[in-house]
Amino acid sequence: MAETIVFYTLSVLILGLAILVVTAKNAVHSVVALVMTFLCVAALYVVLEAEFLAVIQILVYAGGIVVLYLFVVMLVNLGRSPEEHQDPRRLSVFGLGLAGAMLLEVAGIVVYSYNRSASTVTAPAAASPVQGNTQELGWLLYTDYLIPFELASVLLLVAMVGAIVLAKRDL
Amino acid sequence: MLDTVFWPLVKIVVLLNAVMISVTFMTLLERKVIAWAQSRLGPMRVGPYGVLQAFADPIKLMTKEDITPANADKMMFTLAPILSLVPAFVVFAVIPFGDDPLYYVADINVGLLFLISVTSIGVYGIILAGWASNSKYPLLAGLRASAQLISYEIAVTMTLVSVILTAGTLSMVEIVEAQRETGWWIGFIQPVAFVLVLIGGLAETNRAPFDMPEAEQELTGGFHTEYSGMRFGLFFLAEYANMIVISAVVVVLFWGGWLRPFPSVGALALLDYIPSWIWMFSKMFLVLYLFIWIRATLPRYRYDQLMRIGWKVLIPIAIANVVITAVVKVLL
Repeated sequence: MAETIVFYTLSVLILGLAILVVTAKNAVHSVVALVMTFLCVAALYVVLEAEFLAVIQILVYAGGIVVLYLFVVMLVNLGRSPEEHQDPRRLSVFGLGLAGAMLLEVAGIVVYSYNRSASTVTAPAAASPVQGNTQELGWLLYTDYLIPFELASVLLLVAMVGAIVLAKRDL
Repeated sequence: MLDTVFWPLVKIVVLLNAVMISVTFMTLLERKVIAWAQSRLGPMRVGPYGVLQAFADPIKLMTKEDITPANADKMMFTLAPILSLVPAFVVFAVIPFGDDPLYYVADINVGLLFLISVTSIGVYGIILAGWASNSKYPLLAGLRASAQLISYEIAVTMTLVSVILTAGTLSMVEIVEAQRETGWWIGFIQPVAFVLVLIGGLAETNRAPFDMPEAEQELTGGFHTEYSGMRFGLFFLAEYANMIVISAVVVVLFWGGWLRPFPSVGALALLDYIPSWIWMFSKMFLVLYLFIWIRATLPRYRYDQLMRIGWKVLIPIAIANVVITAVVKVLL
């Protein structure tokens, strides 16, 4: 019961703040609303008993990436009043199509997972030899998901090297 | 109901008030210690030896006029001090001040990570204060602050990984328990990590010699130039609360938290009669004194020096420390 109340409160907050991100006229206000959205999503993870993910969500998104967003927005937006849209209908067809595709995808996922959970009771994954949220996540990352994990780290390394090469042309 | 809601609430109220009172006395201590370091007397007028200065300062701040600049972004200008204060107070929830559950609000299994991530939110207060003031110097200070905090956060977090590897847990309570079981404070096993966290902690709390975001002489006070009265007081409170947090973290991670000195020597068991929280508070006091001592002693770094130390010295050492710790941990 309490969980349901918390879930719906958080959902309303997340959606409201997310709408604020796109509707705010001032870019800095958008970024602040984005931070709040990420914090509420982290709270949602806590409700799902994924404490490690919640904390990482705050650390990486709210504490790291969005600070850089804010940094850039502040530098770009100096002394200029917020821009008004020239033509409110520009790209509206494209945007509507994109939003529709997204909605279809979400609906598909919901229907698929609902059917799946109704028809087959998913067997619990092979019991991991460790206890606790963090340990279990680490265990899975280094056993079942080793290759995706390593690929992701290589990708991040490439992105980092690329950014440095682009920024410093005379190495 | 009583155990899950009432007692934690009582603890939170007591803790927050204790933090605020200790902050007021920290400011007095800082003024006194710096005065002694400079052969002065420091505050002497209010009360015997100026002791009541600790109460005179907050009263002055609260009764001052609260000014919002005409061209400031009203909402963000109001929000910024709150955003910097709240994270500083929230992290006290996971700090264990003694061996009994009575002395901490919560023992969560990702305690240390919670602490790192919540303190990383505090930077928004500083950046937004600089931006919302709509003034040159606060904006420059806000940009410097964000660059500095992001750089040093990487080094500190990397260093904490080696501490987590040594202790084998993320829970603050269990980190201290691990030190009791092995009989070695982690500070003796990881001296490099201790120095790194101390330097990074000074930088993250904007303390001298890394008080670049404030830099009275060149930025006229930094990001809080346009703030007056109690809103300035909130920034002040946040900075000192952060100092107390850092001192508690250093003590819990490296110097055995609430444990007595030499926890493995049976002959000193007599010291166990002293309550655990007294050990914790004395050790925290020593670290806070060290912070003030450093401020009275060292000159401020130049901005480029500060960034160079962060990226080219601290981060490589932190990464090397993690690798060495991991190798040793696997071999042993």
